[in-house]
Amino acid sequence: MARITHGLTTSHIPAVGATIDQGRTQEPYWKPLFDGYEWTKAWARENVPDVVILVYNDHASAFTPALVPTFALGCADEFPPADEGYGPRPVPVVPGRPDLAAHLAEGLILDEFDLTLMYDMPVDHGLTVPLSLIYGQPQAWPTTVIPLAVNVVQYPPPTGHRCFMLGQAIRRSVERFDENLNVHIWGTGGMSHQLQGPRAGFINQPWDHAFMDRLLKDPAELARMKHLEYVREAGAEGIELVMWLIMRGALGPEAEELHRFYHVPGSNTAVGHMVLRSAETPA
Amino acid sequence: MTSYTVEFDDIPGTRVFTASRAKSGYALNQFCMSLMKEANRERFKADERAYLDETTRMSQEQKQAVLDRDYNKMIDLGGQIYFLAKIFATDGLSYLQAVSTMTGMPVEEYQQMMISGGRSPEGWRSIKDGD
Repeated sequence: MARITHGLTTSHIPAVGATIDQGRTQEPYWKPLFDGYEWTKAWARENVPDVVILVYNDHASAFTPALVPTFALGCADEFPPADEGYGPRPVPVVPGRPDLAAHLAEGLILDEFDLTLMYDMPVDHGLTVPLSLIYGQPQAWPTTVIPLAVNVVQYPPPTGHRCFMLGQAIRRSVERFDENLNVHIWGTGGMSHQLQGPRAGFINQPWDHAFMDRLLKDPAELARMKHLEYVREAGAEGIELVMWLIMRGALGPEAEELHRFYHVPGSNTAVGHMVLRSAETPA
Repeated sequence: MTSYTVEFDDIPGTRVFTASRAKSGYALNQFCMSLMKEANRERFKADERAYLDETTRMSQEQKQAVLDRDYNKMIDLGGQIYFLAKIFATDGLSYLQAVSTMTGMPVEEYQQMMISGGRSPEGWRSIKDGD
């Protein structure tokens, strides 16, 4: 059977992608940020999964104002990098995993999560920047990817609790897949940041640290946090952190932290990054 | 408006993108999406006013806010930052450069604030509590 063994969280700042693409990661401003991913890059080389379920949000790339799906699952053979207004990022096309995606679509919808299913979807920096941070600049990505796009653009986004429950349902569904697959799940976005209005630049470091602690140890209670608190305490775009709860729900009740990194700033944003192992995964 | 929506109005300097804002900003945000094609970006840059008049159904106020690159105004008129990002990407600006224009701070000062740990939450949580 397939198993979700590990989870990972990371911010997905667009300027980080541009910095990688332009070969500027060793500049003094950026080096401390990229140094924080070195442990993970080494770990990831030794722990390549068969599939990454990559939870992210589309930033008005695949979804126009005409279409606002709350949860959208990528079921295609592959996903091309989107043109976000400055040409597509020079990164490999992202290979999908349509057999497991079809299995998840069936399992999750019958489990009463009414997903939108995507068979033709460009993927923007929300998905490709995490891949670049973990896998660098390969000719081809070393794993297949099932994108799971979550609406955090138009209000209301899904509640943290709904996200956590979806993660739990993803774990159940993956375990019903016949093939032996090692599956990782990534929750991306965050941490505190605000990209709009006179309050732009908002960062709340104590709150971010507490969020990571609670995500590890007390996710069910954390999942009850209201949207209002995310926006008040983590900035308007801090709402992206509900996506980390999908990752956490999919790891099972107990998880062990293998790595944590936190850095301010990445452009406008507090960078948070964790690598977790499900307690049900052999060490 | 529901109480869910109204609660966010207590947060200073912030507009969450509600369903009603999505409706009023629809043409503006669709215009932004059109800039995901290189040919449209070239046409827009060649004559911004003509592009807005000929290809969009935006209000005059929305068009003027675009021409002025007044991002706070665009957000007030139903724009959302991830859509609006296509405008500043077309201008060759980063998020940091564009976002700083909404704060009234010069970009260098804004960037220094971020390097120093970002805008402190103190005084930016609640209008009614003055916190």
